[in-house]
Amino acid sequence: MEKSFVAPGDAAVRTLALSDVSFAVEAGELVSIIGPSGCGKSTLLRLLAGLETLDAGELLVGNDPIAGPSAERGLVFQDPNLFPWLTVRGNIQAGLVARGVLHDKRHKVDDFMRLIDLEGFANAYPHHLSGGMAQRVALARALINHPRVLCMDEPLGALDAFTRMNLQDEVLRLWQMNRTTMLLVTHDIDEAIYMSDRILIMTPRPGRIDKTVSVTLQRPRQRNSPEFLQIRGAILEHLHFASKAPAVEPA
Amino acid sequence: MGVHAVVSRQEPAPQTHSYWIFLETVLAISVGLSLLQRWSKGLRRWMGHMFPIIAAAGVLVTLWAVITSGFRWLPLPYFPGPAAILQSMIEDRALLFDSTWHSLLLLLGGYTVGVATALVTGVCIGWFDQARYWGMPALKLIGPIPATAWIPLAMVLSPSQVVSAVGLIALSVWFPVTMLTVSGIANTRTSYLDVARTLGAGRRYLIFRVAVPAAMPSIFIGLFMGLGTSFLTLVVAETVGVNSGLGWYLSWAQGWAEYGKVYAALIIMAAFFSTIITVLFKVRDRVLGWQKGVIKW
Repeated sequence: MEKSFVAPGDAAVRTLALSDVSFAVEAGELVSIIGPSGCGKSTLLRLLAGLETLDAGELLVGNDPIAGPSAERGLVFQDPNLFPWLTVRGNIQAGLVARGVLHDKRHKVDDFMRLIDLEGFANAYPHHLSGGMAQRVALARALINHPRVLCMDEPLGALDAFTRMNLQDEVLRLWQMNRTTMLLVTHDIDEAIYMSDRILIMTPRPGRIDKTVSVTLQRPRQRNSPEFLQIRGAILEHLHFASKAPAVEPA
Repeated sequence: MGVHAVVSRQEPAPQTHSYWIFLETVLAISVGLSLLQRWSKGLRRWMGHMFPIIAAAGVLVTLWAVITSGFRWLPLPYFPGPAAILQSMIEDRALLFDSTWHSLLLLLGGYTVGVATALVTGVCIGWFDQARYWGMPALKLIGPIPATAWIPLAMVLSPSQVVSAVGLIALSVWFPVTMLTVSGIANTRTSYLDVARTLGAGRRYLIFRVAVPAAMPSIFIGLFMGLGTSFLTLVVAETVGVNSGLGWYLSWAQGWAEYGKVYAALIIMAAFFSTIITVLFKVRDRVLGWQKGVIKW
């Protein structure tokens, strides 16, 4: 697939954001995408979510081409982007309300509130929540629609290290329970190894997939096991090599 | 705590019976409250908080009485003392009540029509590009004209004075509310809209469940500005056209040089308008409860 943007203020200059990107994700797979800033990771996710359109190539979910945003493909950002005018409950059920199915699936709201362990906060407004709590609500809000694919754009990037590790387990738990296909964009190599089945390493200008690393370790994974550290070393080596290439600018 | 006693003891030689009763009532309430506060913690805190300002009001009224009724430094009939003002308020209570009632009806009518129209036009111009293209120039051109400048035209066009007054008040409310609704809707964070789209939201949800709530803080600023301009338009419209209401009463009393009544009308107007503003604040606190801790006005 290919995607380019018109540089702001100058219609003549087109920046190639993604070029010759091609990959397939199995149903139920958890795939991470890592790479330096500006390599088109976020653009890739926005394309998948249907918020941008492709210039060339095709994007399929199953056999259906992606034509605009839909509840089939959820998106979670680094900023939880909870609707501040809705309570926790209101935010979690937003997807059901938007699709007009709240009446039939009301019980799911309670299920998900229990699942993310925020039952006591049903009537709290987002500004009362900590960053980790807010992100859990954002995950529940995206998952309540049972999307076929959940795209996450650095969902844990703004959290402190301890909250982040807790939430990694939480995301894995939600993944295993819902059997959702997940695509995770992250800056954190450890996070990618800890969580995913497969890691796609991207390089910028134009964004392309440089290397694919399969992680076959048993879950729950040990962050300090020799195998873990070996994969980590290999990825670091690869990125180090990539960062020396002339096309790459410092992140 | 002792200040409340000063309010009533400092009275000037009272000219009328009713002012006496008024002062005695104030004294009685003060004494009653100061006795009650022994048993009620909440009341004590409230009194501790409120009494400096109440005492200041008392001192000001007393000063007013001393300058006018006491020393007669200011020329009559333009500056009557508080006793005389109270007297005219009581004498004219039926007419004053009637005027306030008519003002209220006119204001509510005009404000409601104006806000309803403004919300529709504001949401349309803020959301739809076509509506923005055609609506924005009209809004920018017609909006800034003070509603009162339309009075000559309104008198000719409308079937009755009341209808034209309602129309003028509505017009004066319409501009600020529309403007701030447009800006609130157009400035909705795109990430909220993106999230909603990936949750399966259609256009109706995006407008009414995302853009409108996101614009609410801005809309309320418009509602307050609109309320301010509606007061102005109300008083002017009543003065020149409609033969009822507080604005009419004000100019009528002035025509008879009964300045006691002018002040009485002003006092009632102050109470009337500030009550309405307080109501709007309460509504805002309810609707924007989710913003608690974010806003400071």
